[in-house]
Amino acid sequence: MGLMNKHVVLERHSLLLTICILIVVSIGGIIQMVPLMYMDNTIERVDGMRPYTPLELAGRDIYIREGCYVCHSQMVRPLRDEVERYGHYSLAAESMYDHPFQWGSKRTGPDLARVGGKYSAEWQVDHLKDPRSVVPESVMPPYAFLADKTLKYDGIEARLRTERLVGVPYTDEMIENAKAHLVAQADPDNLGYDDVDGLIEAYTQASGREGTVETRDYDGDPGRITEMDALVAYLQMTGTLVDFSTYEAGDLKNRR
Amino acid sequence: MTDQNKDIDTHSGTETTGHSWDGIKELNTPLPRWWLIVWYATIVWAIIYMIMMPAIPALPGMGTNTPGLRNQSDRDNVAVAVQELRQKRADSSAILLGASLEQIETDRELQQFALAMGDSVFGDNCATCHGSGGRGAKGYPALADDVWLWDGTLDGIQYTITHGIRDPENLDTRFSMMPRFGRDGLLEAGQIDDLVEYVVDLSGREADGAAVQRAAPIFVQQCATCHGEDGKGTRDVGAPNLTDADWLYGGNREDIYNTIYNARNSHMPAWEGRLDDASIKALAVYVHSLGGGE
Repeated sequence: MGLMNKHVVLERHSLLLTICILIVVSIGGIIQMVPLMYMDNTIERVDGMRPYTPLELAGRDIYIREGCYVCHSQMVRPLRDEVERYGHYSLAAESMYDHPFQWGSKRTGPDLARVGGKYSAEWQVDHLKDPRSVVPESVMPPYAFLADKTLKYDGIEARLRTERLVGVPYTDEMIENAKAHLVAQADPDNLGYDDVDGLIEAYTQASGREGTVETRDYDGDPGRITEMDALVAYLQMTGTLVDFSTYEAGDLKNRR
Repeated sequence: MTDQNKDIDTHSGTETTGHSWDGIKELNTPLPRWWLIVWYATIVWAIIYMIMMPAIPALPGMGTNTPGLRNQSDRDNVAVAVQELRQKRADSSAILLGASLEQIETDRELQQFALAMGDSVFGDNCATCHGSGGRGAKGYPALADDVWLWDGTLDGIQYTITHGIRDPENLDTRFSMMPRFGRDGLLEAGQIDDLVEYVVDLSGREADGAAVQRAAPIFVQQCATCHGEDGKGTRDVGAPNLTDADWLYGGNREDIYNTIYNARNSHMPAWEGRLDDASIKALAVYVHSLGGGE
């Protein structure tokens, strides 16, 4: 019973007690988190995943700013009905450049993890401007102002650098040309004409497969880069990067 | 804390903790037995669960977590579930895939099946743009009428769904590109104004006669290649008939001006790859049945 009597020491020194409580409570967290840092199957090995282009990243920031995640998740769960409706279930690898990720379990609107390319860019613009013009039963608020707001991208290099700081493999060349790449993707026929090849080459190389970089005037307002351009560019990319033809679901390291 | 120190509360007959605050003592009531049994059972259950299910994360060097005796995997399960579903549909899908589109339309039972399947696939994938029941919207063609931009036959509809329209990713996509006459400076503003009058006149409405006359040679030169000299359109290039009252992008003067100035050239994604062949076939039958199939 000697050990039980020692408990008095803890109970009578609040600082010591606090420290010991912290140690005990953190054990649970450590056991959950630390293995993820060295396990081989934390993130699946896939082909095609690449860092987001500057325009997509800017669009993603607007997505987060406008709180799209409040109603839309980006995670197709491995359930039959979801796979039937949305397509292949989401992989951890598809969120590996997400800071923060957009998973979720609450959906007021549909899941957006595989919305890229499902509808035309024109539809996305019409729908964002006035959702009920195309989906009469929709409860989504309109975001028409995005088409009027010129995209501010002065700090896009720093934005990319910040992402690199937390592990996204942007190259020096990508950061250096971020502004040019952004303009090239949103206005490939005019302002960004000279940089289209550079953009496609840089991000195709990062992806390791062709056809992951789309360039076009997204919002139907050429000559001007709006927040609508950025958001639609991001939406049209979501869920399209990974090459599922080479993904081996049966691999032990891809099992969940 | 030996038995000699055991302090029994005289009022309740229950042991106390032995602590005393100003004479007030704390009862040490034992936990109910049923509660204890449940608690021990959960501990045993947790141990069984850890052995049966993937539960123990990898120790350094192990690479992966323990698979568990049951070898449970959500991802395998969903693959099996989807496979089972495909299996259930396989027989009817095989008949759909084997039959020609015309056969499906004449065989009543097959047609009912295709329509039911097409209806659900349409609601999930197509109604977002084309509206429920294919009623269409400005910029999105109505499918329930008999006005067809490209092809209103069963095969034509199937082709459009499979390859899309102006889908940059699809090599066999239906493609045409109306020039941006205003934006790219091919025509001057005045010429576009005249052309608007010409198009309004084509569709049987009252227009400025002088402007129509000025625009006639421009129409022949710039527009007739696709829309035809009579303005009735050409299906091969998806050029709409300008003489009827059906307007995809609006038929008032401002809309027509915008169309000529900026061109429209809207997209429809290709659905091959996203939808399986049987679904696309069922969709073609469904769309064909909506009202205007040729």
